[in-house]
Amino acid sequence: MESLIALLIAAPLLGAALLLVGGRRLDRVGHWLGTLLAAVSFVLAVVLFFDLLGREAEDRTLSQHLFSWVPVADFQADVAFQLDQLSMTFVLLITGVGTLIHLYSVGYMEHDERRRRFFGYLNLFLAAMLLLVLADNYLLLYVGWEGVGLASYLLIGFWQHKPSAATAAKKAFVVNRVGDVGLSIAIFLMFTTFGSFAFDTVLPNATGTSEATLTGIGLMLLLAACGKSAQVPLQSWLGDAMEGPTSVSALIHAATMVTAGVYLVTRSADVFNAAPNAQTVVITVGAVTLLFGAIVGCAKDDIKKALAGSTMSQIGYMMLAAGLGPLGYAFAIMHLVTHGFFKAGLFLGAGSVMHGMNDEVDMRRYGGLRKHMPITFATFGLAYLAIIGFPYLSGFFSKDEIIYAGFSKGGGQGWLLGGVMLLGAALTAYYMTRIMLLTFFGEKRWQPDANGHEPHPHESPLSMTVPMMVLAVGSVAAGFLFNLGSSFEHWLEPVTGIAHGDSPVSHGMVSIAATGVMVIGVAGAWFQYGRRPVPVVAPTGNLLTRAARRDLLQDDFNHAVLVQPGNYLTRGLVYVDHKGVDGVVNGTAAAFGGLSGRLRRVQNGFARSYAVSMFGGVVLLVAATLLMRAV
Amino acid sequence: MNPGDLTAPDIEWIALSPSLIVYGAAVVGILIEAFAPRRVRYPAEVVLATLALAASFAAVVGLAAGDRGTSKSQVAGMGSLAVDGPSLFLQGVIVLVGLVSVFLFAERRLEPAAHGARVDSFAAQPAAVPGGAAEQEAIRAGHTTTEIFPLLLFAVGGMLLFPAANDLLVLFIALELLSLPLYLLCALARRRRLLSQEAAVKYFLLGAFASAFLLFGIALLYGYAGTVSYSGIRDVVAGNPASLDAGLASTMGNDALLLIGGAMVLMGLLFKVGAVPFHMWTPDVYQGAPTPVTGFMAAATKVAAFGAMLRLLYVVLPGTRWDWQPVLWGVAIASMVAGAVIAITQTDVKRLLAYSSIAHAGFILAGVVAVSEDGVSSVLFYLAAYSFVTLGAFAVVTLVRDAGGEATHLSQWAGLGRRSPLLAGVFALFLLAFAGIPLTSGFAGKFAVFRAAADSGAMGLVIVGVLASAVAAFFYVRVIVLMFFSEPKADGPSVVIPSPLTMSVVALAAVVTLVLGIAPQYFLDLAGQAGTFVR
Repeated sequence: MESLIALLIAAPLLGAALLLVGGRRLDRVGHWLGTLLAAVSFVLAVVLFFDLLGREAEDRTLSQHLFSWVPVADFQADVAFQLDQLSMTFVLLITGVGTLIHLYSVGYMEHDERRRRFFGYLNLFLAAMLLLVLADNYLLLYVGWEGVGLASYLLIGFWQHKPSAATAAKKAFVVNRVGDVGLSIAIFLMFTTFGSFAFDTVLPNATGTSEATLTGIGLMLLLAACGKSAQVPLQSWLGDAMEGPTSVSALIHAATMVTAGVYLVTRSADVFNAAPNAQTVVITVGAVTLLFGAIVGCAKDDIKKALAGSTMSQIGYMMLAAGLGPLGYAFAIMHLVTHGFFKAGLFLGAGSVMHGMNDEVDMRRYGGLRKHMPITFATFGLAYLAIIGFPYLSGFFSKDEIIYAGFSKGGGQGWLLGGVMLLGAALTAYYMTRIMLLTFFGEKRWQPDANGHEPHPHESPLSMTVPMMVLAVGSVAAGFLFNLGSSFEHWLEPVTGIAHGDSPVSHGMVSIAATGVMVIGVAGAWFQYGRRPVPVVAPTGNLLTRAARRDLLQDDFNHAVLVQPGNYLTRGLVYVDHKGVDGVVNGTAAAFGGLSGRLRRVQNGFARSYAVSMFGGVVLLVAATLLMRAV
Repeated sequence: MNPGDLTAPDIEWIALSPSLIVYGAAVVGILIEAFAPRRVRYPAEVVLATLALAASFAAVVGLAAGDRGTSKSQVAGMGSLAVDGPSLFLQGVIVLVGLVSVFLFAERRLEPAAHGARVDSFAAQPAAVPGGAAEQEAIRAGHTTTEIFPLLLFAVGGMLLFPAANDLLVLFIALELLSLPLYLLCALARRRRLLSQEAAVKYFLLGAFASAFLLFGIALLYGYAGTVSYSGIRDVVAGNPASLDAGLASTMGNDALLLIGGAMVLMGLLFKVGAVPFHMWTPDVYQGAPTPVTGFMAAATKVAAFGAMLRLLYVVLPGTRWDWQPVLWGVAIASMVAGAVIAITQTDVKRLLAYSSIAHAGFILAGVVAVSEDGVSSVLFYLAAYSFVTLGAFAVVTLVRDAGGEATHLSQWAGLGRRSPLLAGVFALFLLAFAGIPLTSGFAGKFAVFRAAADSGAMGLVIVGVLASAVAAFFYVRVIVLMFFSEPKADGPSVVIPSPLTMSVVALAAVVTLVLGIAPQYFLDLAGQAGTFVR
């Protein structure tokens, strides 16, 4: 069984290699080849999953040592994999949702000339993401980490002829580099502290290591997680990343890659458990981001950017849960999986809407689409209900568990976290209802585009709607299944541990409160957008609305605090380089040139003066030799 | 002493075979010139020279394989010639350089054919006045000077003796033996004959001047030691003379004679290697001489002269190292700095390479003054590496031509890389090797000598050497920039497609440069084994 692990990665990697170097002869079959290899990987994942299920809970860890990568004295890096319950969960999510989205893309990218390349990148992403979650050490994880970053960069900028897409890709890459630095420093620290970066050396030895070191490692890991998962303060790239094709947004920037930060924190549970200060920072980051993303999501008129704000906010929930330690790890991952279903479904729905609307993204120009796109409406609606936490759908279970875990933290902190998350839940209900109403309800507001083409909204082809239906089923049922006898919790328990805090409020109370705030949010949105016609041009709005439309001034902040000083520093350095360094260099060169010009005049071509200089040379030589003896 | 007491000299024929083969072939070559008809001379001479040098190389390899360079090293020829590691190693290099030079000398595809007869780079009728009627006639007749091959063999013969000389008189004879043919060869250019003759006369005058000093130094050393044999002088320096000559009682053991004489002999050798301040002849002669001769001379003379210098300093004068070592530091520094600095403003490729050779003489001296086994082996390695780079570079120079013959002005080389990327690429490789860029033999050699110098405590010398290398890199790279990043001139020179002879020289030099650069260890070990002098 162990030997299947490498095949999980090998299948999509082979696909990427074939599609990217195979050339035009694969144009006709490339998309199906890519989809097939993704499906192969999914089938392998299912086989492995049932194998794990057939074992005792303690034995559910498979490992495979592929080869020794960098064996240098004390520095031993291996290409080796570890498949445990946590990785397995991710592998199923990645390959399952990944396969569905491959299938969806067959239809979605049908008219794109570079579809083969697109599928090559998607397969590359799958391979890298699987490597990330299957690595048995942090260095190999880092390879996958960079691989998904690369794939993300390539796919955000897939329509590179659009300057906005190229810029967005660059922005995502640069911001992610900041996080990557954190990960590399964390790995350095691990190596100096533990002499290794293998999970089975670092994690068991974390307890008993100085807390300061662990806090350092934890904070650096968190920095990495912030970059990849678009958490404050490295959140700015995610909104722009929506420039990529929508299926990419669904797979990479909603369901899988952006959750890698949560994986990293959960995987490093032992480090964080022993570093409470780092955990506090994780919680803070999660709490701030969940509100930040929700507020941004409320203000955006671009359907994908509104969903991106939502993604950020939902990952904020997961991050917060992961920061709670064993109280929350299992629920962070559970929410991650359910979110993978409903958010992918929402994005695919959005893509389907755009597909039918000439790629229009402004929700103020939608309206009343439920009649034109019944399947999209139904699947989107189910995913919508799941995310706002409608009772007994997926989001209801996973989010309530996180809110309850927040209260269980105890004391004032518990109340604060619970309150923040309930507020976030209200906002979630508000912005999702807003999207729903603007898109599918009300009057039609679409107009001819610049070329005079009136959009003719229509339902998308089966290759697109089938994945949406499957995801809708997942959105509805996953939470219930996971919650059945706390099965998900127990499944993950051997990896993440489990704890129960002392909550001041009961579980039922939390559910009631969450449902209550959901109703308030839905009602708020309905009063604003459902009861009266929606203006096609957005009203000016108050200060907060305007700030939220500008992503709460994140880019202005980065520009003022980072870019400008950076520019000044660069200019200063360039000045020093030009005037100082170049001055010295050019001055030296000029001095030697001048010296050379002067010296060469000694070479006047007359044998007599050559002879004289030789004679002088001999005298010098003899005199110097005698002088050496004398002194 | 009556005639009956004269015993026949005891000659170790086998041990001396490398040089003897070359002399024999040179004499046969002269006989061919005298008796063979004109049309067979060229093929006969080329074949003879090639075979002789190949046989000589085989003899060197055979001797080395027979441990003559290490455990069975000896002093042969009644104390006059050493057969040991350094002499065999250097003789091997010299013979190879000579062999390859034969190919350059024999190249007949570069000059336009004169009335159906293919001609080489050498004067049609050296005795004719340049530009005169006799010269025109000789050119029309398609005459060539096949005497160059015996001359080359004699020069090689002298060079083989030079590093092996174990006796001051043999040293002097070897010096003259190698110099006189070179003076002649320098004067033999087919084109620009006046420049060529001027160069030859300058070389001869200054060479004679230097020889005079050397000879005077020998006399002083004889006065000091009462003998001209290396071992005899060393014994006196060490304070235990083998015998006392009554006639020299007043001067023997007088250190002033030793120091002055030693310095003068050293000067003669420094002249040959072209070290500052005895370098003035180098640019003029390198520029004026026919380019194949320049290549041969620049490569082989340096090897021979440094070999002789090593033996003199390491075998005869180690007892006075504290006197000459600082002086040679000064010479090394002056050579490195002056060579590198003056090269910056040169506009002629051959003069540029001449100044580069002066700087390289300084680098090699840095290894010489280390006075250690590492010093010897690093110098041996450096010489082997450097001689092939030099040969290759001058071989390339012979190929870049316009209507007036070789186009040596740097401005004419602009954009050469666009027109002949392969040739320009190879030349760039040689330049990088001169500059000491890693993965070329130049780097391995420079690293070896600087390490030997640093180990001997001459850190200052190494620092100056590295700085001078940086200065030198500038003008080497400038040529590369000129070749590859400048627009070609409309009426610029073109690269002539040579015969396989020159091509093989360029290819061999490039291969040696790369092999010694990428995998130098085998050759460093070889040089390391050859690092011990017989005493």
